[in-house]
Parts: sequence; structure tokens; C-alpha cells
Amino acid sequence: MKIGILALQGDVAEHAQMIRICGSEPVLVKHVSDLDGLAGIIIPGGESTTLGDLIGVYGFDEAIRKKHENGMGIFGTCAGMILLARKLNNGTNNQPRLGLLDVKVSRNAFGRQKESFECELPILPLDIPAFPAVFIRAPLVESVGPGVEILASLNGQPVLVRSERILAGAFHPELTGDTRVHRYFIDRVCG
Amino acid sequence: METKVGTDTVKRGLAQMLKGGVIMDVTTPEQAKIAEDAGAVAVMALERVPADIRAQGGVARMADPSIVKKIMEAVTIPVMAKARIGHFAEAQILESLGVDYIDESEVLTPADEAHHINKRAFKVPFVCGARDLGEALRRIGEGAAMIRTKGEAGTGNVVEAVRHMRAIMGEMRKLRNMPEEELMAESKKLGAPYDLVKWVAEKGCLPVVNFAAGGIATPADASLMMQLGADGIFVGSGIFKSSDPAQRARAIVLATAHYNDPKILADTSSGLGEPMPGLDVAKLPEKELLSVRGW
Repeated sequence: MKIGILALQGDVAEHAQMIRICGSEPVLVKHVSDLDGLAGIIIPGGESTTLGDLIGVYGFDEAIRKKHENGMGIFGTCAGMILLARKLNNGTNNQPRLGLLDVKVSRNAFGRQKESFECELPILPLDIPAFPAVFIRAPLVESVGPGVEILASLNGQPVLVRSERILAGAFHPELTGDTRVHRYFIDRVCG
Repeated sequence: METKVGTDTVKRGLAQMLKGGVIMDVTTPEQAKIAEDAGAVAVMALERVPADIRAQGGVARMADPSIVKKIMEAVTIPVMAKARIGHFAEAQILESLGVDYIDESEVLTPADEAHHINKRAFKVPFVCGARDLGEALRRIGEGAAMIRTKGEAGTGNVVEAVRHMRAIMGEMRKLRNMPEEELMAESKKLGAPYDLVKWVAEKGCLPVVNFAAGGIATPADASLMMQLGADGIFVGSGIFKSSDPAQRARAIVLATAHYNDPKILADTSSGLGEPMPGLDVAKLPEKELLSVRGW
């Protein structure tokens, strides 16, 4: 199975390595034509303003939307989650993005880098009692629309959500060497 | 829930998120906004860009905290700031302001001619310059969570950044092919901690992200450094000393994202106006070189 990683900016190589360990084929997506034949695409961690901008410049917004309508799964981590959100707060709602997931997301919700942290996060619907979750200048989901399933929460606020063929997380499973969330994306969201 | 802050994973992780991106030197909130709008992944808040530090001389110090704060308020992307080599009090002040990264930088006048900052004593991550692998691994040994080439800042001349990137990549290739019994002697030769030398020999890369910095002035310069193995780009004087900063900033962002696509590079390099004036590094007297600072 081919899983793309949007390779315009961010921690692309880390995601590609996780996909490889899971036994799937990672494809670095630099051009819209690279989307052909993908079962899923990962929007990596990075700077959401930079990524959103480059997505618009090269027409990835329309192209990803179309492929998604035809069944391509999408997994957004951190910046990727921000780009998938339909609504953003903190006065950043006009930031260009994909907007395919019915959630409201708050950017830099925990503060600046010195507040970035690691914790053991339970993801019970995936039968994971403790996942090594890394939050870096991370966003939080403030509210979810109908049909959005909350897979994990931190202090009562969602940090991993799913809506049909979209998975979005505020943390970085690609930084840990623990492939369980990536496997869930490949097997259960794209599969 | 128990949370851990300031871990190596969290410190190095932010640099990993900046990969494939451009970090730009800015001296005002207005410049920071121009950088953010052009697609910068972070900004470096400064009082003077390196070209002006070079021209004006004197002691270059940490920026006035009020400037750093105003820049932090102006943008949503990470804000970095520079402390002098060895000046841990400046670093403590910058950490208290909440900057996202500290650059312990040779561009400022060193405060200690023997020792760098113990970067493990901080929750905020540090980036440090390096000319070769030994210097990079010494800084990582002290706790640096990100490395950049030193290049020769404020010259608009990429030659030193190329020299430093080739040195680092070449020495890593050499280590990769070395039998284990030779690693201790190599560690002594490099002046680098043995455990880090062994790590690089096994993995073939640095344990932290490595950006290019020092003299990058054009989209082609950015592409060159990325193709030589840089994970991303710092542009100092190159943007706001050029004739059209917004357009040049944009072009360098696009060139970094598409560094191996000459058609896009030709397009982004067109009609940018005048780049910053350059300096021939070979003609600079040794005492004016910034890259030799650091030990």
C-alpha cells in the first residue's frame, strides 16, 4: 500500500520511516501528480502558516479534497491537524488550509516552546493504555462537530480525533518510534 | 497526567518541525510580519543584522528584550534570539522572555573564550554553529538541540557555508566506513565525545537537525545548501539587505521547498532585484572573521 507524505516542509522523513517500518511504501509528495495511486496521505508536523501557504500556491487544496472524496485517507499531525480544521481560533481563522474536518482548533494552545512536553497518553479506542505522546507548541481541539469521534483527550480536551477517512492528532507519533497510531491509520482509516 | 518538559525529544523535536523551511533574521515587528507572510518557519529576533554588526564593529550583544518581546507579539511562528557564546546570563534572560530557541552565536562578540553555555541547564532549546563535525558534536555534547553551519555571516557569500557543510557531511561519511576499533582515535582527533562519535558512525547522520547558515543570499544558494545535505536554511542579512525583501524572502522559501527542481528554481529566481552586496571572504582580515569564534 502506498502512503504519501506531503513533502513541502516539516518532519517528512520521520513519517516516511514510520510508514516503512509498518511495511507500507512511503511516497514523498512534492507535486499534485504525486497524489495518484495513494491509499492515504500524511500532512506532517511543521509550521502551519508555511505549509498552508505552499498547499495553496501549488493547488494541493483542491487536489487533496478531490482524492479524499474518492477514498484517500488523510492523517494530520500537529500542523497537519491545524490545516485539516474547519475552524481556528486565536484570530488565525483566515489562515489558508484544507478545512476538511469539522472541528475547531486552537493553535499554540499550551503556550510557547518551553511549555512543550511529553506524556503517556491513553488511546483507549485503539486499545493503547499509554502512548508516548510528544506535544510541541501543540494545538488542541476545542470542539467537535457531529460525526467526529474523539479517540484521546488530555485534561478533557480532544487531542486525537477521527471522522471517517480523516485522522488528526495534536501530538507527534512519528517522533517516538512507536508505530501503533500509524498502523491504525494504514489498517483502519485507509484500509 | 504527569508531563515532562524540556526533554531532548521535545527540544530536538521543534527543530525537526522546522525542516525544509527558512528561518529569517528580523530587527522589527514589521520585518517579522513580512517574514511570516513570505512563509518563514521561524524568525530570529535581532537588534542588528550581521552585515550591520560587521560594518559598525564594537561589542555585539543580546538584543534589547523589549525588541524581542514586540517581535514575539507580532507573529504566531516560533521566535529565536541570539545570546553571546558562553553568556549564560543572556540565555537565562531570553529563556525568561519565552523565546522558542536560543542561538548561542558567533555573530555576537563572545563572552567566554574557553567555554560555551551548559545548554542542558535550560528548558529552552539551543542552536549552535559548527565548522566541522568535531565542533558540531562538542556543541551537541553540551546540549545543543540543533546545529547550523557557521558560514561567514553578513557577507552574502555562500563559500564558507559550503566549506562547513562539506566538512560535516564528509567527516560523517568517513566515520560510517570506519571499523569500531578506530573510533576512539578518531574521537580524539575530532575533539568530540566518544559516545556521539560512535552514534554517528552507526547511523550516518547527526542526532539533531542541521541547517545551513552564513552567507546565503539567493534562491540558488538555498538550493545548493539543501542539495549538500542541509535540513533547512537560515537567512540573515540576505533578505532585509536586498532591494525587495518580501519578494526575495518568498523566493527563498519556495526554493528551499523545491530545492531539487531546477524549473521552479529558475522561476523563483527571476526578477528579484538586487541581492545584498557581497564580500570576498578571502580578502577579509582574519580578525574580522566571525566563524573562527567558538571552541
